[in-house]
Amino acid sequence: MPSVKFIEHNGTEHVVEGNNGDSLMVIATSNLVPGIDADCGGECSCATCHVLVDSEWLSKLGAISETEESMLDLNPDREPSSRLSCQIDMSDDLAGIVINLPEFQY
Amino acid sequence: MTQMVIIGGGQAAGQAVASLRQEGFEGKIVLIGEESTLPYQRPPLSKAYLSGAVPAEKLLVRPEKFYEDRDVEVHLGTTVTAIDSDQKTVTTADGTFDFDKLLIATGSTPRKLTIPGSDLKGIHYLRTMADVDAIRAQMADSKRLCIVGGGYIGLEVASVAVSAGLSVDVLEMEARILQRVTTPFMSAFYHQLHESRGVKIHTETGCSGFRGTDQSVTHVQCGDAEIEADLVIVGIGIMPNIQLALDAGIACDNGITVDDHCQTSHPDIYAAGDCTNHPNPILGRRLRLESVPNAMDQARTSAANMLGGDKTYAAVPWFWSDQYELKLQMLGFSADADAAVLRGDPETLQFAQFYLFDGKIVAVDAVNSPKEFMVAKQLFGHSVAAHDLANPEVDLKSLLPSV
Repeated sequence: MPSVKFIEHNGTEHVVEGNNGDSLMVIATSNLVPGIDADCGGECSCATCHVLVDSEWLSKLGAISETEESMLDLNPDREPSSRLSCQIDMSDDLAGIVINLPEFQY
Repeated sequence: MTQMVIIGGGQAAGQAVASLRQEGFEGKIVLIGEESTLPYQRPPLSKAYLSGAVPAEKLLVRPEKFYEDRDVEVHLGTTVTAIDSDQKTVTTADGTFDFDKLLIATGSTPRKLTIPGSDLKGIHYLRTMADVDAIRAQMADSKRLCIVGGGYIGLEVASVAVSAGLSVDVLEMEARILQRVTTPFMSAFYHQLHESRGVKIHTETGCSGFRGTDQSVTHVQCGDAEIEADLVIVGIGIMPNIQLALDAGIACDNGITVDDHCQTSHPDIYAAGDCTNHPNPILGRRLRLESVPNAMDQARTSAANMLGGDKTYAAVPWFWSDQYELKLQMLGFSADADAAVLRGDPETLQFAQFYLFDGKIVAVDAVNSPKEFMVAKQLFGHSVAAHDLANPEVDLKSLLPSV
C-alpha cells in the first residue's frame, strides 16, 4: 500500500498507509492523524480538511475544481499549496506524498 | 480498566470512538449498534448512495480495520434493552456491559404514517442503509414514485428518482415545500426547480391512505383524489430516540437533555447527535438538530469530557442538501432574520440569500455558491452592509475583517 506522510503544524510526523482510491482525508482520519476535522465526511461542503501539499508533489495532483477553489479562497491560511484533502484520491503516483497540516481548520 | 460504552451506529457513535482514541484513551471501548453495519454516514443515503454513485464501504465513518487496529469491541445488530444508571450497566441480548462513562448516540427514527394501507408492500421510510438497499432494489422495477413529505429528504430522493427516469409525485401537507425549514423564497425556488425537471408537486395535499393489490401499493389516496404509485417513500420528519434514556431516569425534553458539555442529567452519561436537546450558547437557546456537523462536534465534545476534559460545544449550525447538480449549503436559521439580501441570480442556479437581523448576518442559503457560504460562516454575527452583499461587483473577501 502506498504511504502518506502527514506533518502536523507542530512538526509531529505521521507516516501512514492508504488504499488507492481512498481520499487523503479518509487516510488521515482512518489513522487518527489529528488536524483534519472533515465535518461533512468528504462532500466538499465544509472546508475542514484543508491541507498544504508539499511543493514537490503539487504538480502530480489533478486540477482543482471550481467548488474546491471557492471553498479555499476565503481561508485565512490559504497558500498556493492549499487543497481540500477530501478531493485528492490516493494513487501509485502519489506514493510517499508529503502533506502539511495547518494549525486550524475553519 | 476504565470502560467506555457507546450506544449507536451513526456518525456520532463512530466519531466518538475515534475521538476517544485520538484523545489518548487506552482503556476498553465497547460499541453497541442496533444496525448490522459499522457506523456510517447517513447524508449520502438519499443522494449518492441511492443513485448508486457511492458504494456502501465508502460510507463508513471509519473502515472496518480501524476498529480492529484500535481494539474496539464492536457489537452490531445488537439492541440495548436497558440502561441501569445506578449500577452503571447496559443490557443487551448479548449480555450486560459495565461502563465508567456511557455515550448515548441513538439518533432518531422516521415518523411513521398510521393510515389505512400504510403496511402495504412498496411503502418505505428512509433512514438506514438497509432502507435504501430495499428502495433501490424496488426502484429498478418501479415506474411511479410518490413521495409523502416535501422536506429535504423527500426532495433529494425526488431528484435522484426523476433523473433515473421514474415519474415522481411529491405530496406536501403545507402550503409550500420545505415550509418548516426555510423561507418562502427558497421554497419557491426549489418548487420551480423540481417542476422544471419533471417532478409533480402537490401542496396542501395530505395523504389519507393507500390502496393496493396483492398486498402491494398501487395508489396513494389524498382525500377524494388518488395518485398512481408502485413505490412510495415517506419522509415526514424524525423523532429522537430517547426511550432508553427516559427509562433510565435521564432527563428528556424533545430529545435527551444535555448541557454544553454534552452531559446528561446523570454525570457519567453523555449524549450526542440527533437524539440530544442541547444549549447553543451562540444562539442563546436550546436546539435539537438533525445534522451531521452537530453529531460530529458533539461526539468530539463528549469524548473529551468523558475523559475528564472541559470542552464546550458551541457552533453555528449548518446543513447541506444535494439536489440535481445543485449544492445547497445552509448556515444558521433564516427564521431568526428581519431582512434578506439576495446575491446572484436564481435563474442561473447560482445565488446566495443572506439573512440579517439588526444588520448582522444570522443565516445564509447558498446554492452552488460555496464562497458565499464560507463568507457567512466567517461573518456570522457581524454587521455587514446589505448593498455590499447584494452587489456581485464587491469582492466578498473585502468584507472579511482584516487579519
